[in-house]
Order: sequence, then C-alpha cells, then structure tokens
Amino acid sequence: MYPSGKYSSRGPALIPRMKTKHRIYYITLFSVVLLGLIATGMFQFWPHSIESTADWTLDKRSVHDAPLIRLSVSSPIPERGDLSCRMHTCFDVYRCGYNPKNRIKVYIYPLQRFVDELGVPISSTGLSREYNDLLSAISDSDFYTDDVTRACLFIPSIDVLNQNSLRIRETAQALAMLPRWDKGMNHLLFNMLPGGPPDYNTALDVPRDRALLAGGGFSTWTYRQGYDVSIPVYSPLSADVELPERQPGSRRYFILSSQTAIHREYRAELERLKEENGEALLLLDKCSNLSQGAASARKRCYKGQVYDYPQILQESSFCVVLRGARLGQAALSDVLQAGCVPVVLADSYILPFSEVLDWKRASVVIPEEKLSEMYTILKSIPQRQVEEMQRQARWFWEAYFSSMKAIGLTTLQIINDRIYPYAAHTYEQWNNPPVVKWSSVNSPLFLPLIPPRAPGFTAVVLTYDRVESLFRVITEISKVPSLAKLLVVWNNQNKSPPEESLWPKVGVPLKVVRTKENKLSNRFFPYDEIETEAVLAIDDDIIMLTSDELQFGYEVWREFPDRLVGYPGRLHLWDHEMGKWKYESEWTNEVSMVLTGAAFYHKYFNYLYTYKMPGDIKNWVDAHMNCEDIAMNFLVANITGKAPIKVTPRKKFKCPECTAIDGLSLDQTHMVERSECINKFASVFGTMPLKVVEHRADPVLYKDDFPEKLKSFPNIGSL
Amino acid sequence: MQAKKRYLILFSAGACVILLFCFGGIQVPLSKRGSNRRDDRSLAGYHPGARWRRVPGFLQPFSTWEKDHSNDLNPHISPRQKRDINSGLYTGKRCRMESCFDFSLCERNGFKVYVYPQQKGEKISESYLNILSSIEGSRFFTPDPGLACLFVLSLDTLDRDQLSPQYVHNLKAKIQNLPLWNEGKNHIIFNLYSGTWPDYTEDLGFDIGLAMLAKASISTENFRPNFDVSIPLFSKDHHRIGGERGYLKHNTIPPFRKYMLVFKGKRYLTGIGSDTRNALYHVHNSEDVVLLTTCKHGKDWQKHKDARCDKDNAEYDKYDYREMLYNSTFCLVPRGRRLGSFRFLEALQAACVPVMLSNGWELPFSEIIDWNTAAVIGDERLLLQIPSTVRSIHQDKILSLRQQTQFLWEAYFSSVEKIVLTTLEIIQDRVLLHTSRSNQMWNNLPGGLFSLPQYSTHLGDFPFFYAKLGIKPYPKFTAIIHVVTPLVSQSQPVMKLLVAVAKSQYCAQVIVLWNCDKPLPAKHRWPSTSVPVIVIEGESKMISSRFLPYDTIPTDAVLSLDEDTVLSTTEVDFAFTVWQSFPDRIVGYPARSHFWDSSKERWGYTSKWTNDYSMVLTGAAIYHKYYHYLYTTYLPASLRTMVDQMSNCEDILMNFLVSSVTKLPPIKVTQKKQYKETMMGQSSRASRWADPDHFAQRQTCMNKFASWFGTMPLVHSQMRLDPVLFKDQVSILRKKYRDIERL
Repeated sequence: MYPSGKYSSRGPALIPRMKTKHRIYYITLFSVVLLGLIATGMFQFWPHSIESTADWTLDKRSVHDAPLIRLSVSSPIPERGDLSCRMHTCFDVYRCGYNPKNRIKVYIYPLQRFVDELGVPISSTGLSREYNDLLSAISDSDFYTDDVTRACLFIPSIDVLNQNSLRIRETAQALAMLPRWDKGMNHLLFNMLPGGPPDYNTALDVPRDRALLAGGGFSTWTYRQGYDVSIPVYSPLSADVELPERQPGSRRYFILSSQTAIHREYRAELERLKEENGEALLLLDKCSNLSQGAASARKRCYKGQVYDYPQILQESSFCVVLRGARLGQAALSDVLQAGCVPVVLADSYILPFSEVLDWKRASVVIPEEKLSEMYTILKSIPQRQVEEMQRQARWFWEAYFSSMKAIGLTTLQIINDRIYPYAAHTYEQWNNPPVVKWSSVNSPLFLPLIPPRAPGFTAVVLTYDRVESLFRVITEISKVPSLAKLLVVWNNQNKSPPEESLWPKVGVPLKVVRTKENKLSNRFFPYDEIETEAVLAIDDDIIMLTSDELQFGYEVWREFPDRLVGYPGRLHLWDHEMGKWKYESEWTNEVSMVLTGAAFYHKYFNYLYTYKMPGDIKNWVDAHMNCEDIAMNFLVANITGKAPIKVTPRKKFKCPECTAIDGLSLDQTHMVERSECINKFASVFGTMPLKVVEHRADPVLYKDDFPEKLKSFPNIGSL
Repeated sequence: MQAKKRYLILFSAGACVILLFCFGGIQVPLSKRGSNRRDDRSLAGYHPGARWRRVPGFLQPFSTWEKDHSNDLNPHISPRQKRDINSGLYTGKRCRMESCFDFSLCERNGFKVYVYPQQKGEKISESYLNILSSIEGSRFFTPDPGLACLFVLSLDTLDRDQLSPQYVHNLKAKIQNLPLWNEGKNHIIFNLYSGTWPDYTEDLGFDIGLAMLAKASISTENFRPNFDVSIPLFSKDHHRIGGERGYLKHNTIPPFRKYMLVFKGKRYLTGIGSDTRNALYHVHNSEDVVLLTTCKHGKDWQKHKDARCDKDNAEYDKYDYREMLYNSTFCLVPRGRRLGSFRFLEALQAACVPVMLSNGWELPFSEIIDWNTAAVIGDERLLLQIPSTVRSIHQDKILSLRQQTQFLWEAYFSSVEKIVLTTLEIIQDRVLLHTSRSNQMWNNLPGGLFSLPQYSTHLGDFPFFYAKLGIKPYPKFTAIIHVVTPLVSQSQPVMKLLVAVAKSQYCAQVIVLWNCDKPLPAKHRWPSTSVPVIVIEGESKMISSRFLPYDTIPTDAVLSLDEDTVLSTTEVDFAFTVWQSFPDRIVGYPARSHFWDSSKERWGYTSKWTNDYSMVLTGAAIYHKYYHYLYTTYLPASLRTMVDQMSNCEDILMNFLVSSVTKLPPIKVTQKKQYKETMMGQSSRASRWADPDHFAQRQTCMNKFASWFGTMPLVHSQMRLDPVLFKDQVSILRKKYRDIERL
C-alpha cells in the first residue's frame, strides 16, 4: 500500500502545473494503476467458488506449477507423535483467542512439491484428488483465512491421506520445513490409510511432533482422546454411485457380507453362520472371472452369481464391516450410504467422529471373538430399532461421510467445539436426523418441578378504559390467597389511568404500566415488575371467577408449570368440506386451547411470545387486534408438545346478565376471524402443534358427596 | 519534464508490480534464494501472500481399490493370535477392556459384583463403608466369588495421601496376599485422593495391576478411556442413600441471579495447581463477579504470604459462601492441588452452573455424561476471558444448563449409592455391549439408573422419551386382572369387570392372572369377548407376580385390576385417553395419601377422603408396562419378599417406584362410584380389607419403603381429571362420557 499512497499524494499536486497532453497521459497512467489495483483486489476478495471455476477456464495451473522444494538429507525430522498430547498441553489456544463468532480460523499452506536431493518426490501420488477436494472445501468454508497470522489451525498441503504412497522420513522433513511448523503446534494432518505392511500401525507413522491427527483407523491405543479426530476412510463410490434413499423396513437378506479382503479364519466363520442360518445371510466375494480394474470394484459374486456393488447392500438389514489389516474400512461408508446397518467387527477401533456421533444409534459393534454369535445378537434387536438405525445410518453418511468436504468440515467443527465448548454443537444437532429434529420436542422447562406455593402469582390485567369493570376484577382477584402482585397494563394512550386514590385498596402491591401503543401483545410482555414465575393473564371483564377457582387454578399450574392453565377452553377442528382448520367454542368434549382472558402460565412464555414468536404472527395479531390467545396456545404447545389444562367447569365468565356464552365470542365474523387465525398460524408454524385432550382438572373432591366445608375449594363452578 | 515523466512511469510501474506481488497475483519462486539457514527456511517456497488454491485438472485418487482395499490382507497374521498378543501387550497404563478384563466371567452369571469380606482389625473409613454397603444392597451383589464378574476390595483405598490419617499402610502386601486378586483382573478400585504434597501424583502407592480405577480428580493423561471411571470427589458427609434434592425450586425469568460468577476458596500461593487461583483476583470485580481467595490454611501460611494476601483475606471474610452459592448464575470450579474439588458437587446441587477451570480433568462420569449440557468448560489459560465468555451465554442456554445440573445431581450424584451404582452401571454397559444404554438414556430424564437397557435398547419402548422422539405410545392397553378367589358364579364381580374392560375400544387383550389356590376353571367358564383373554396361572401365587413383565403384554399400557374392582367401559376409556397424555405416570381411580406424623416421627398412611392424594391404587390403574420391569428388577428382593409375605402394599410400592422415577404425583381420574371400603364388605376380598392388621401393615410398609429409597418420593396432587363436560349444565347427549355421571 505504501507506494500507491505516495503516488496519490503527489499526483494531484503535479497535475495542475502540467500541460494538457501530459495531464491526459498521467490520468491514463493513474487509471491503469487504479485498474490494476481493483483487479488484484477483485481477484483477492472474489467469492472463492467463482475463483475456482475461473481456475478451470483461464488459469492452466497444474500441480507441476507448484514451487519445487528440495529437501536436504540433514533436514530436521520432527519427533514421533507424543501420546500424552491433549488440547491443554499441546495446543496453543492463544492463537484462537476470544472471538464473538466462536469460530476457529484455519490456514492452508500453498501447494509445494517436495523432492529429495536426488529429485525424487516424497510421495508417489503427490496431491491426490481427494486431498485437493478436501482443502478446496475448507478454503471455501468460513473456517478459512488466508492470513497466516490470524490462523488458529494450520493445514499443510502435503498430502498424507495414504501412508502407502509416502516416503516417511522425507515427508516428515517436509512437514518440519513448513514455516509455521513450530513443533507441529496447531497443525492438523489428514490421514485415512495409516500403517503399512506387515504390522499396519493404526496411526500415521510419519513423525509429526505435536500435530493433531485426523486419522482413519485409529485404535484405542493410538487415539489420543480429545486431541485426535477419528475420521472415516473415504469411499470413492460415494461420489461415483448414486443410491436413492430407501424407506427403512425389512430387507431381503438379514446379514450381508460384501468385503473381499476378509481373513480366511473369519471367512470360515461366516460360512459356518451361513450354513446355520441359510438364506438370511448372503456372503459375497470377489468375482474370480472378472478382470481386475475399476469394474471389479463394482461387482461381487456368490457361487458364480454376480451382484452389483454397492447396490446389493440396499437389500440387507445388516452389513458386516470386518477389520482388514487396517481397522478403518472404506466399506463402512458404502454400507452407510446404502442405509444398511453396519455390524462393525474391529476390536479397539475408534469409530469415525465418535467424539460427537452416537454410533449406538446407527451401528452394532460386536467383538471379533463373538463373530459366531452375530446372528443371535442381531436377532435380539427390536425391528423398530433396526429401522431407526437404517435411517440413522443413511443420515450419518449424508451428513458426515458423503464427500471429502463433509469429512473435512466435520473434523474442523469437532475441533471448533473443543475450543469453544460453551458454543459447541449439541448432541441433538450432531445426531438427530432432520426428520427427528422436526418432530421431536425439547421443552425448555424440562425439569419436573412443582414450584413452592409461597412466591404466589402476578396477575396481569390488560385494560383499555373499562375502569369500573377493571376495579371489580381487581377487587375479586385480590381475595385470592396466593396473589403476590397486581400489574395493570394500561393500553390506552389517550387517557390516563385513574388517580391512585381512586383504585380499590388491595393487600398486595399494585402497579400500573402505561404502554406506548395499544397492542394486544402488550399483555404478554415480560415486564420486570413480574417477579414470580406464575403469571395470571386476565381480562378486565372477567369478574365471575371465584377466589377458590383462581386459587385452585394456581395450584394446578404448580403441578403443570410448563403448560397454559386456563378457564374457558376452546377447540380446533379440521373442516373436511373446506379443507382447513376451524375454531370451535361450542360445548365440546375436547379441548386444545385455553383462552388467555383468564389463564395461568409461566413467565418464560411471555419472553417467548415477545422475542421468539415465529414469523410475522406477532405483528399479525397486533394488526388484527385478535387471536393473541390462540397465538400463545400455538407457541406453548409447539415448544412443549403438551396440551393446555382447562380447570373447573364451564360457566359464564363475564357478566351474568349477558345471555351469550362469551358475549363477543359468539359473533359470527369473530368466529370466522378466529378460524382464519388458526389457519394462518398453522401455516407459519408449518404444522399444527395444538394437542387435543378430553380432560379438565377439578379439585379432588369436586361434586363428591362430602361436606362442602371440609373441601379445600368448595366454591367451584358457582356463579 | 521528461525526466519527471519517466520517473513517474517507473514509479507507478513499480507500484503496480509490488501491489500485484503483495496480493499474490504473481508467484515468484523465492525458493531459489533458499539456503540452509533456518531464517531462510521459513521462507522456503513461501511468501506472505501465497495461499492454497484448488488445483485443476486430473489428479490421482488417494488410493486404488486393488492396492489398498483388496489385497492388504493376506500377509497379516491370524486375528485370533493378534488378539492374544494385544492382551499381553496393552497392560498397565494402556489397559483397556479388551486387554485387561476377562469378559468370560460375566457371561456365565451376568454382571455380579463380589465384595471381599471385611477383615478384623482393618480400619475402613465411613465413606468406604458407604460404598461397600451400597454395593451389597444393590441388585448386582453376590456373596459368591465364583459367580462374580467384578470384585471390590474391602481394603480402604479411598485416601492414598500418605500424610492423611485415613491412609492404609502396607496395602501392597495386603492386596498381593488376596487369593482372588489375580493380578487385579476384573477388580475395581475406588479412590478419592492420591499423591501428596508437593507433587500430588495420581499414583496410588501400590501396584493396581490390571484393576480398573474409579477415581476422583483423574487427569486425561492417566485416564484409560472405557476402562477407568472418573468419579466425583465427595465429602465424608455425603448421604449414603437418597440424598438431598437439588436446590432449584423454580425457573426464574430472566434466569440471571444476583451474581454472575462466584468463587470462594483457599489459594495455595506456591506449588502445583496454585497459578489459577492466584490469578483469580484479575477477574474479580466485587460486583457481579466475586472471586474470593484466602491465604489462610495450614499452620505456616504466613511464611509464603504474598503482597495480596491481607487484602484478599479481608475481602474473603466479607462474603458468605452459601449466600453466594445460591445467588449466583455461574460458579467457578478452579482446580486445587488436585484437579477435582468439592466445589463441583456443591455448585451442581445449588443449580449454580459450574464453570470448570481445571485443565486436563477427566470430568466425573465423562464416559456417559455430556457435560456441555450442564457446565461451562473453561480453560485455565484463558482465565481473563471467562467473564466475557459466561456473559455471552444466552439466557435460554442458562435456563437449560441450570435445569440439567439438577437432573444430573439427582440422577447420579446426590448420594454415595448413586455414585457407586452409576459406576457399576457404566461397567455393566461395557460388559453387556449389546444391551447398553444410549447416550440419550443417560442424559435425559429420568437418567440411566432408571432406564434399564435389559428391558429394551429402543427408546420408544420406554415411557419417558415419546416427546423427545416425536412419537406416541401404542394406542391400546392390556388389562391384567389379578384373581385370588375361585370362580363360583357367573355374576361374580370379576366377570362383570372382564366384560366391561374387554368392551373398551382401546382394549387389546385381557390377561387373567390366576393367583388362586384352586385349579384353573375350564375355558368355557370365562365370558366370551371380542378381544383375546389369556389366563396365566401364577407360579408362585405371590402378589408381586401381578407386576411381572409378561411377554404376553403386547401394548405399552397396562390396566391393572383387582378382581373386585367395579368399573364401566366408559370409565376405562376415559382413563386411557388421560394416560395417553401422561404415559410416564400412574393414572387411576382410588387415591390415597401420605403424611408426616410428627408426633410419632414417621410417615402415616391415610385412606380417608382428603383434598389431596399421593398414591393411586393399582387395583384400578393404567401405567406403562415398563414399570412392571422396573418393579421386578430394580427393586431389591427384600422389599418384594416383604410385600409377598404380607400380600399387601404392592400398590404402595409401585407408587413409590413410579414417583421416584418421575418426581411427580400420580393422576386420579373421575370414577362413577366412589371406591369405598364399605363396598368391599360384599366382595370376596372382604377379609383382606377388614383385617385390622391390614391398615397397620400399610403404615409399616410406607416407612420401610421410605427408608430403602432414602427419601420420601411420593408427591401430593390436589387435582383430579374429569371429562371436559363433567357435571356441566348441558344436555347429557352432548357428553361423550355420560356413564361416569350416572349413578
């Protein structure tokens, strides 16, 4: 930036003194420089996806253009990995720092070609297709930074996915050459095929100091729990073959073995199982009559019969994934892709991403020794569970196995979760497939608590200008023993509330809140004045509730603090003729909503209503001046999965003089509007969360043949 | 002018080149300058602007099928041999279940635990006695070492701090002399303290051989995953059974408390583990972040006293620890000399979300508990960031963290028994690999100790997870009628009951449990019904057999009935619809209550009409089939035998069990006729209810049960559930459950 700054500060000063010809000349020059700047800038900040397509068309770079580095024999070699390494000992968190997004920054070294002094490359394949994909995916993700000074994690572009193609010593030297290597601190290596003949180590043999290893095929003895990441062995079939998702259910075969490299001891045992259980098992092997090559990878045979692989995997409930020389098998990926439940027989194997994935939900792990009991073990699993495992298996593949991108980003997310544990993905986020995420309920008030009676409840009365009625309501409510505070929400901006001296004298604190706008949602605002958990929302015209009824309602709420507990109940119905939802206020045997004209609920729901109401429901309610209660019922039912509780018998809640059941509610247009609300809300929620029940709560001795004066709540249902 | 022009051209061209270069537009192979000098190496092939970019064109795949997947097998040795080699190789610090545990011992007789007999003259601390008696009282205990799968020493290994008075000397020799020691194979050693000043190593001072460790304050370096168990540090006053409940009584909104983050404790000034606590004052703001330390401990603290000590000590004395604990959103749990501290359990119980500052501590029961849902795992190195970290946690998260602390406390930590049972269950899960709990069973209510995988490994088979899975219980029930009197007439109440129940639209099957001494009546004597009726002859004729988890129950719901219960089809229908909303509770008709009789200092039982109830009798109740399994396997034989011998109290015991699982009361629904004891006069079971001992027995049962549970699990309810239009002033024709109102 320095030179251009200098230029621009001097340029304008010169221009006026120059001839026109020169001036044009300089301006052109200036524009050229400017254009150059813009071009480089664009090049720099252009979205990477576009850049990479540009690479394909314009830039004819290839691996051979990468700078060549010659390693000297004496070049330093890192130490072997330290087995005691953990995040708090071998990882420098200061590089990650505090960051409001809780996201680590990952730097990828530019590509280089390493050769030894004789010019022989350190790896026989060089950069592999998969590693190229992996690094590209990371560089396109929001983990990526190209500012090496801001990076928390460093990924070498030296491809160590397959140890077989590496020259171990030279690779190690190359790693140590990396400018930020610093004993491997905060460096991440990806390796899928560790070890080599004859004894096949379960972790990469390349000395790597303190670098983290994302390895496929770790055993419990080489895996540094909480430091390394166990990753799958990528199967090229993931990209080559498209297997449609099959509905979970029973399959033609019960157990299928499709691996070709099975130790003869194990194959003998599988044969024995096959003899015992016949058709339920299918044992496939290589096709001897087919020529070697890519095609043979896609065929399997049994007694001369040829099957397509991996398609055949979809025909079995369980698929055997036996260890080979290595613990990690690419077959695991194929099996998951087919939605077949893997039966993993690989003692001490650390399953891929086991730090976050719950493999019990997607696989069966059987000790190798128990191979002969496999059939009995699998038969003992309930069918419904098998079906869930099939779905889960497929989902694990889609989310975490299906591409190098999925594998790479999952690895980074796991490391990210360790560095910012308080912002880590939850078990549910990692493990619940979308269909479960959608249908399951995680109530925010999940602890079974029956709160003590003592704190009482806060009555929130929404009022506009019916002062006389309001005062009657206040007087009535103030008789309820557990009332802790009265909060009047004064929704009239044009008129002030009556003077303090005019209000009825009550034994509890009475607060008046004046609102800025006449909105229905004001009644559900989580006012600081509400200090109790329990809120009684009540209209200023509900004068017919007795003190016993209210106190009983509070007692019921204490038993169900996560529900709406209210008096008038309502129902939603599916109107088959119209093909939509209908609101019902008749005398029905069922209830799915309680009106919030008189209802107890947890203050948490005020907070939810105000800040977490989905879509535009809140505005819609305020604009229509209706249905705030229906919205509240939707909200609570949706988040808790539970029905409201209607308490006490049906009665008139407003004035005894009114003939209609609930005055306004019977009005035809009103009913139409309420039905509309239900349809509107159901579409916003994307589902109908309301739950229908056929019960209501009464005091234990209600209407029982028992002396009234001995009942706790004698005055229930009376007018 | 020309010179100036030339100068400018040059200058701007230079600028362009440098700019392009800076942004990585041009790749200059600087490596050519490279030499062996270390400083230059850092520039080898690399310059600040260089970045990784996707390589276009064809590349080799990382592996080829033939080479890596097909033929890598033939040379490798027999897998069986390899397994044997492993078990010899991976011992000591590298022990795993595969290499150091003999599974065959467990296969023969199931997961049984043997406790060595206590030897005379061996002093055993109270805590260790509590551990031993918890094991001996558990269903895993066996007195026969030949049946055992796991062995527990009767030598106190809890305190291995040589300076401690509890330290047991010569442990090494004592253990080696044990005839069953077998190098420690299949043994578990409990330990709370190890090592001593100044280095506090995690060595126990004797060779544990192949034994597993259940140890407090264990570090990740020494922790052998899936072999050791990390247990919490608990004090000698920790309750043996039952335990105190969590302190959270309600969920206040907003969830913030008076303080954001608190800590009060000693600091050690020097030596191991002192750094973190010594640095706490940096974060202390004496407003909402109150971190207090005192230098006073031991005799010679003044020798090491630093400049801050006096000031810190003064501030320390100003605050009350309990007050801070109850009024803080987060509680700091920094390491002490050892990694774990008492603060951890204290904070957990107080619903003060623990903020861990103990690098490398393998958190208690980390194998099964997802601590991110109940605690904030901090990093000692980032102490200064802790306040901003906890402040950034959203209030919804705080609400859920806080509730989870309470769940975990009550499920796994509140008593020594729970800690021990959790340890054993973890090991059992490893041993019985295919019938083990899933992560969800451990981390959701009611917790792993109440979710037994031997019943099913499928979450949907339990009454607790329907909402979590987004599914509903099976919409039918199985009625089980418990018959103890012979069949003499077709008008007997049991016949009417059978017909009424079978008529319910939700009834899938009726099981008649024939616990009568007389032989089974002929098949044709049972009324014909549209649903299958299965008659099971009780083998033992014991009353507990009504709660056996019969395989012939095809539904989730069970309607348990006494033979003399009077119920109409409508009542059954209604009760079942209610149960579908509360599948984890007992839903039924006759209710009873308990109370604390302060004059006699014991629990009382009442069958009087009261305004509340805490039990619903299982003579007419619907509940989940799983409770049959729990009743039969979870409860100790002693309680079941007691019930069988008296032929009484089985219903009370079931209510105790279900309420201890749910922490909630049962649900009473309306009944047409009151379930009066007077009615029993006419019925066949008059003898049982008229017996004056009967009531006294039930009183005794209450107290026996409460003492086994270590607490009173029953909870009162004041409400009853009626049909929506029950006794409402509306035409009876509108009502769905009209029979309930008719007398």
